[in-house]
Amino acid sequence: MTRTRPVRVLFAKPGLDGHDVGAKIVVRALREAGFEVIYTGLRKTPEQIVASARDEDVDVIGLSILSGSHLPICRRVRDLLTEAGLQDVLWLVGGNIPSKDNAELENLGVDGVFSVGTPTQAIVDFIHGKCS
Amino acid sequence: MKDRQNADLDPVINESGIEIKPLYTPDDVERTGRPDDIGTPGEYPFTRGIHRQMYRKRPWTMRQYAGFGQPEETNQRFQYLIANGQTGLNVAFDLPTQVGLDSDDPAAEGEVGRVGMAVDTLKDFEIAFDAIDLDKITVSLTINGAAVTLIAMYFAMAEKRGYDIRKLRGTAQNDILKEFIGRGTWIFPVEPSIKLVGDTILYCAENAPLYSPVSVCGYHIRESGANPVQEMAYAFCIAKAYIDHVLARGLAIDEFASRLSFNFDIHGNLFEQVAKFRAGRRLWAKILKEQYGTQNPRSMWLRMIAGGGGGGLTIEQPENNIVRGAYYALISALSGTQTMALCSFDEAYTIPSEQAARTSLRTMQILIEEMGLCDTVDPLAGSYYVETLTNQMEQRIRATMDELDVAGGIVRAVAEGRIQSEVSAQAYERLKKLERGEIRKVGVNCYRIDEEEPQVEFHPFREEACTRQVGRLNDVRRRRDNAAVDAALRRVLDDAKAARNVMPAVISAVKAYATVGEITQRFVEAYGRYQEPIRF
Repeated sequence: MTRTRPVRVLFAKPGLDGHDVGAKIVVRALREAGFEVIYTGLRKTPEQIVASARDEDVDVIGLSILSGSHLPICRRVRDLLTEAGLQDVLWLVGGNIPSKDNAELENLGVDGVFSVGTPTQAIVDFIHGKCS
Repeated sequence: MKDRQNADLDPVINESGIEIKPLYTPDDVERTGRPDDIGTPGEYPFTRGIHRQMYRKRPWTMRQYAGFGQPEETNQRFQYLIANGQTGLNVAFDLPTQVGLDSDDPAAEGEVGRVGMAVDTLKDFEIAFDAIDLDKITVSLTINGAAVTLIAMYFAMAEKRGYDIRKLRGTAQNDILKEFIGRGTWIFPVEPSIKLVGDTILYCAENAPLYSPVSVCGYHIRESGANPVQEMAYAFCIAKAYIDHVLARGLAIDEFASRLSFNFDIHGNLFEQVAKFRAGRRLWAKILKEQYGTQNPRSMWLRMIAGGGGGGLTIEQPENNIVRGAYYALISALSGTQTMALCSFDEAYTIPSEQAARTSLRTMQILIEEMGLCDTVDPLAGSYYVETLTNQMEQRIRATMDELDVAGGIVRAVAEGRIQSEVSAQAYERLKKLERGEIRKVGVNCYRIDEEEPQVEFHPFREEACTRQVGRLNDVRRRRDNAAVDAALRRVLDDAKAARNVMPAVISAVKAYATVGEITQRFVEAYGRYQEPIRF
């Protein structure tokens, strides 16, 4: 199947953390790779993020989390995605994620976990692999 | 002019854009600066240090950033650090506290006590600083959006313990303008946020004259992607914005300028950083003298913490961060800082373990006790290279400040998101250069090893600490005189709406055990909330 429109990505900073250097870097890298990226800015609730994903009809949701609160945030996001019928959206999480939490994130339905230090191209390639 | 003798060498350009020569001579120093620019330590223009004897008299204050969980746990870490020779405290608050939410706010879920200590009421400060002698150990509060409330709590706690606020020393970070650029714990729109900073400066000038109400941070701007010149330049522009605001409210420059302090970053090229600090010290003195007409040398002092270095540390081969930390500490010591703190080697992963925090502390102590860093003042002075670079950095910092002024000033640039966009574009460019190998980073794009996830001791996050914190908050709410709290909060709202200085009302409110969230809510009613401009 060939795509008729560019891949649309919602990139968000959930939780209260304000460190957005990495988030903005990934947004720039994804745009440079030709994706349409909507960046939410800081301090978005899971409710706001899932509502935006639905309204913007995105193919990918990317969350940047550095504070260590990725598990409680992702549990909530999972519930909301299910409620909104958005289980098929490609869901990526990046940031300060210890590898011991990868399995639980995958169980929640996260499709890709990209911890600090991942080359931006690896994220681009992953999305291309799943959304082409 | 093309250097024919060195035509075979590749050019070297430092992060600030200055081309580095293979050799420096007295001619370079003379060509780039003025003879009286170097001067004498403790004298204008303070290039060599703000004090005559510097570390011979007293080494820098050692102030590791610490805080997590409930105040009890944080107090234990404080006691541990003090027992190991730390001479100051630097308090980390959790994110709900930093953005003005109570621990039971739905938006605080999962974040209570996670990246710092949870604080809801004065009760928490009483526990956190229990048995710590506030005359001997100065405390720095890393708080910005909610700074008014937390400074008020600190004063209330100290007063309750019998300290005289007029003699109380300490520092609050309280630099909201940089929060809009990096770090992101803003709450209110830009203008009222500056007004609140002004309130703390005015209040302290009158009531707590030894307290440093603001520590202007180039640090987080650099961590967000700024180069060393921009770090200094933007910090100075921000400091000037606060100064101009306070002057407009009727204070004279020498009634408060000596209590302003600064916070800068220490990662990167060693000589470039040392030159940055020496140039910054000189330029700040000139700005205060030439632009503000201060007569008091203390008002010209660039008092600072030079520390951290987180942006230079790596998640790969984290043990290398111990080595980096030692060099960063050396940079800081060679720069004549007043206070030092180091990011710990495990900090890319977790809240530092006791051992990692102690290693950072020992790094500083080794410089003091074994390496002779305190023996003589400004040991790099007179180096042709360092003096030339100091001259060049000063010129560039000044030029960057001038450009920003011409473009409408820092406050407008921040409100419109222009600085944010500029530094984040630079952070991206830098990352691309790292990924292409044009900037070398050991263990990251050269000398890599196949490593399993390193064995770092992860700081445990305890859900039950959050439950206990909410329990305590509810307990305080039940026991306090709620009529008195309501009256105090009404006064906070009235004073905020009437553009009066809110500090006295907030101090009364925290003394009545009003919560961080309740006080913040009153400010939100008066000022509204900041809407982040998304700009790339």
